[in-house]
Formats: sequence, C-alpha cells, structure tokens
Amino acid sequence: MNSAQIEIQLIASLVAIACAIPGTFLVLRKMAMISDAISHSILPGIVVGFFITQDLNSPLLIVLAALTGVITVVLVEYIQKTGLVKEDTAIGLVFPALFSIGVILIAKNANDVHLDVDAVLVGELALAPFDRLIVSGVDIGPKSLWIIGIILLITITLLIAFFKELKVSTFDKGLAASLGFSPAIIHYGLMTVSSVTTVGAFDAVGAILVVALMIAPAATAYLLTTNLKKMLALAMFFGIFSAISGYWLAHLLDASIAGSITTMLGLIFLAVYLFAPNKGVIAVMYREKQQRTEVSLLTFLLHLKNHNEVEERHVNHLREHINWQKVRAKTVLELALKNNMIVVNNDIVSLTKKGDTFTSKAIDYIITNKDAQIEDMKDDFFLFRG
Amino acid sequence: MSGNKSKTTSSSGVIAVKIDDLTVAYNYKPVLWDIDLEIPEGVLMAIVGPNGAGKSTLIKSILGILKPIAGSVTIYGKPYSKQRKLVAYVPQKGSVDWDFPTTALDVVTMGTYGSLGWIKRPGQKQKKAALEALEKVGMLPFKGRQISQLSGGQQQRIFLARALVQNASIYFMDEPFQGVDATTEIAIINILKELRKAGKTVIVVHHDLQTVPEYFDWVTFLNVKKIATGPVKDIFNDDNLTKTYGINYKVSIQE
Repeated sequence: MNSAQIEIQLIASLVAIACAIPGTFLVLRKMAMISDAISHSILPGIVVGFFITQDLNSPLLIVLAALTGVITVVLVEYIQKTGLVKEDTAIGLVFPALFSIGVILIAKNANDVHLDVDAVLVGELALAPFDRLIVSGVDIGPKSLWIIGIILLITITLLIAFFKELKVSTFDKGLAASLGFSPAIIHYGLMTVSSVTTVGAFDAVGAILVVALMIAPAATAYLLTTNLKKMLALAMFFGIFSAISGYWLAHLLDASIAGSITTMLGLIFLAVYLFAPNKGVIAVMYREKQQRTEVSLLTFLLHLKNHNEVEERHVNHLREHINWQKVRAKTVLELALKNNMIVVNNDIVSLTKKGDTFTSKAIDYIITNKDAQIEDMKDDFFLFRG
Repeated sequence: MSGNKSKTTSSSGVIAVKIDDLTVAYNYKPVLWDIDLEIPEGVLMAIVGPNGAGKSTLIKSILGILKPIAGSVTIYGKPYSKQRKLVAYVPQKGSVDWDFPTTALDVVTMGTYGSLGWIKRPGQKQKKAALEALEKVGMLPFKGRQISQLSGGQQQRIFLARALVQNASIYFMDEPFQGVDATTEIAIINILKELRKAGKTVIVVHHDLQTVPEYFDWVTFLNVKKIATGPVKDIFNDDNLTKTYGINYKVSIQE
C-alpha cells in the first residue's frame, strides 16, 4: 500500500463515521429522504461559494452549502405546513429546484470553472490525495482529510454533549418540549450537522454516496440492535468496513471508488436484512413457522383437555377429528411427547400433569392477557413472545 | 367510591392551573375557543368531551407544545416555562415510535432529564429514581426489556413511571387508559389516587364516561368551548352531558 492509498482509505473511513452519526438519527426520525434532499440542494451553495473564492476547499463553501441545506429543510417544512402537499412531495419539489439552479450555474460558467456535474454526483475520491494542505511550506496531508477530520471532531463533540437531548427529542418530541428541550433547536441543529457533513463528504464521495453512507449503515445497524449507543457504534463500523472493502473492490475491478463503496453498503445491508438474528427475514419466517406449530400444539392439548372420552383421544381419530394432515399431526404429537405433555397408551393419548398445567396457563393467558404470569413460558415458546 | 367523593374541593383553595381566554387554532380553524378554566390544587380531574373537542389540544397548549393564538396559562401563578419542574406529562401512547432502540429503564430515566437541564447526563441518582418508579408501577422485572417487546398495558405503565420519576406537583395525562387491559387500568387509577392523596394535582383526558364518578372527583366538560367544570358530584349530570355530547349523549356512554 502506498501513502495515497492509505490516505484515500482514511478519508473514506472518516467520511463514513461522520455520516453514520447524523444518519442514525435521521433513520430513527424517519427522515432518510431529507438527507437525499440536502445532498442535492447544497449544490448552488457550493457553486456560489466557489465563484467567490475559486477554491473548492474554502470554509466559505461549507458555510454557504450548509446554509443551503438548512434552507432546503425550511422550504420543505414551509410547503408542507400549507397542508396542500405531503412531506415527500414537498421534498421532491424543493431539492430538484435548488439542484437545477446549481447545475445551470455550473453550465453557464463551465469555461472558467473546474467543477463538473459528474464530480458533484459521484465525487473524486481517487484525486483527493493530490490536493495537499501546505502550511508554511510543510505538507501536512490532503485537504479533504483535514476538512472531514475537523467536521467529524465537531460532530462527535456535539453528539457527546447533546446525546441525551437528541435521544429524548427523537423518541418523544412532546416530552422533550415539555421538559424544556426545544425540539426545534435540536431539529435544526441536526439538520445543520447533516448539511455540514454532507458538504465535507461531498468533495470526496459525491452527492449520491453521501446519502448511502448516511442511511445504509444506520438502517443495517437498526436491524441488529435494540440499543441506541450500539446502533451508533454498529453504523460507524459498517460505514468504515464498506469504505475500506469498497476501496479494494474498486481496486480489484478498476472501477469507481464511490460506486464500489455504495455497492458494499448495499451488500452488507442485504446480508443483514436476510440473516439478522431477530429482525432478519429468515429469522422472522422461522419464528412464524414455529408459532404456527405451537398454535397447533395448543389446539391439540386443548382438545385433549376438553374430551375425556376415549374415542376422542385415539391417535387416528384425532387426526380425522382435528382435520390435520398426517405430517402436521405427527409433528404436533411428537412435539407434545418430547415436552412430556402427553402420554400415549395403546394409541390413546392423555395429558400429563405438566401438559394439563401448561394448557390451563396458556388459555388463561390468552383470555385475560395477564402478562406477568407468562414470563417463564416465553423462554420455551415463541408463541408468547410479542 | 364514597372515599373519592368526600374530597370534592381542594383543601388549600390554591389554584394550580389557571387558563384565561385561551384560543387555539389549526390553520385558522379554532379547536379551542376562549377557554377560561381554574383547576384547584389536589384534584383528580377528568377532561371529557367528544372526539375533536380539543381535549389533547388543551393539555398541549398548557404545556407549551402548541402555541395558542390568544390567551394565557399560568401554573401556580407563573408561566409554564418558569414552572416546568412542577409539571409532568404523559402523552398518548400512540404518539411515539415503540420500535425505538431503547429499554424500559431508559425511557423512564428520560423523566429525569428535565431536572438535569441541557448537556448534563443522568447518573446513579437518576437511575435509582427510575428504578423506584418502575417498582411503583410493577414493571421492575421488565427494566431491561426493549420497549417494543412490551404489551400495550406495560407500555402505558412505563409512560406513567416516566411521569412519576419527574416528582412533579401537577400531572397531565392524555388518555392513559386507552388500549390497556383491566388489570393495568386498576393499577393506573390506584397510582393516580395515591398521587392525589399526596396532594398532587392530576389532570386526565378521559374517554370512558361510565367510570368518571368512580375514578375522579373533579371534571371538566369540553367541546371546543368549556361547557362546565367542578366537582363530579355536583356537575356530572345529564344536563352537562347533553350540552357536551349533544342530544344523543347516551350513545356515547354505551360505546
């Protein structure tokens, strides 16, 4: 690995962390689309800033672009508040309008500006190491690294300082307001951080990947944990992992770095979406199957409890009577036997004491919904878990 | 029941919440119109009225969550923003996302954030208070449970515990009995009665008219305008019910 390669991976990783932090809160606030809007509509801010300073890394660009980001949010909310269109429509109206202003500004001045729409959309991460920051004649590293590093430092400081406020206003806006934590201040604070991060990451990874880096790691983490701090940590981890593995994928395929990182983000989300232990598609399918079996078991036990007559409890008769197919009847019979809930004597099924207690308890729970009593059964049966 | 009714007026005679000429509108359509209301300290009060009567809006305006277009609200003589620490709020259960990645204990701890102010983080003292509140509502065994894994009744108890931990003087609750089982309803009302016994003022948006005389000692009838307010035994009658719900109020009772 040469130093440029290390620098690219370092920049990509810092961008990933800086995006994961506001991204986590955007996902929890169901505002993922806002990051899409911000990433596009900051373009006119960048272009105007560039015209003024002639420098893509000037702090003025960040200020102007962040301002455009906040203006986007304000405009979306203003249009939405009129009640004439819904929020997603308002977003769809505002950001293309601002983005197109940026595109026209670039096109009109294309001759004397080295800023093109392609670079804006997918970034130029590969070129980042060539733009160095020189302080009194000494090369102290790529400019992009410094910019995103400073933004990340500010983001982390704000996160640590206002974690409690962010959490309460994201979970329960009404409570936050009544406790004196103005949801509006926190909302616009988060929007400002999102905008600044977007601008900082923009140069390196472009408008489309910024959205992916904000939303995909957070969405992936959401499927894996029920703890906000762990969700933040996991989102950062997935971001970094995708950044580095994406870089090497691009290296291998000789393809765009931004595109490869986004591909990795998508693949990781897909894997977690399928295989996550609790919320994953496969886990949910397994749980539903298990619940179906357990409902059958309960139906079967209840039938036994309700009928003392020998003819109602004959193995073959049960199958005809409850109207189950052979396989299902066999599964349920075996499950009940394995759990010592029934005994079979000469093909006549009877409830054991354990089976009898279990049935009464389960029925009692289903009828009265007494939660506390059922806790010990939750460990063994999916049926009673939510 | 007689116990509830014996205490119909506040012993101290102090006004806990005073509302003057309050008008609230959504898009220029008044939801609350010129409300004047005095809530005495130490009452357990139901706010009743048909759907769209502005019951939740009234609470939200008192708490500064909604901005009124006219009028003022004072808590013990001062504006709400100066008296936040005296007030606890239990929003409707449906107003939050129960899939939020957090535990029962954490949600209850949020009740202590108000006393902490900005930036400062909850410590051992806050955690202890939260655990005590969980104990009070019978939810201690569930403290580490992710909130989506709780039943509706349990979620409501968590909300109640979160309000208890604020150790306020005035409690506002928006339909705490909505979607809870009978056991939880009894558990909640017992806690509310304990709060009243401790001299707290409790204001509850309530839907079930039949339980008003049993649960509450004070009632406010609301339907965009204030219809009546006072002791349940004096004003909870057909006359006021008809004025609030219209001629067919008996239908609403049966629902």
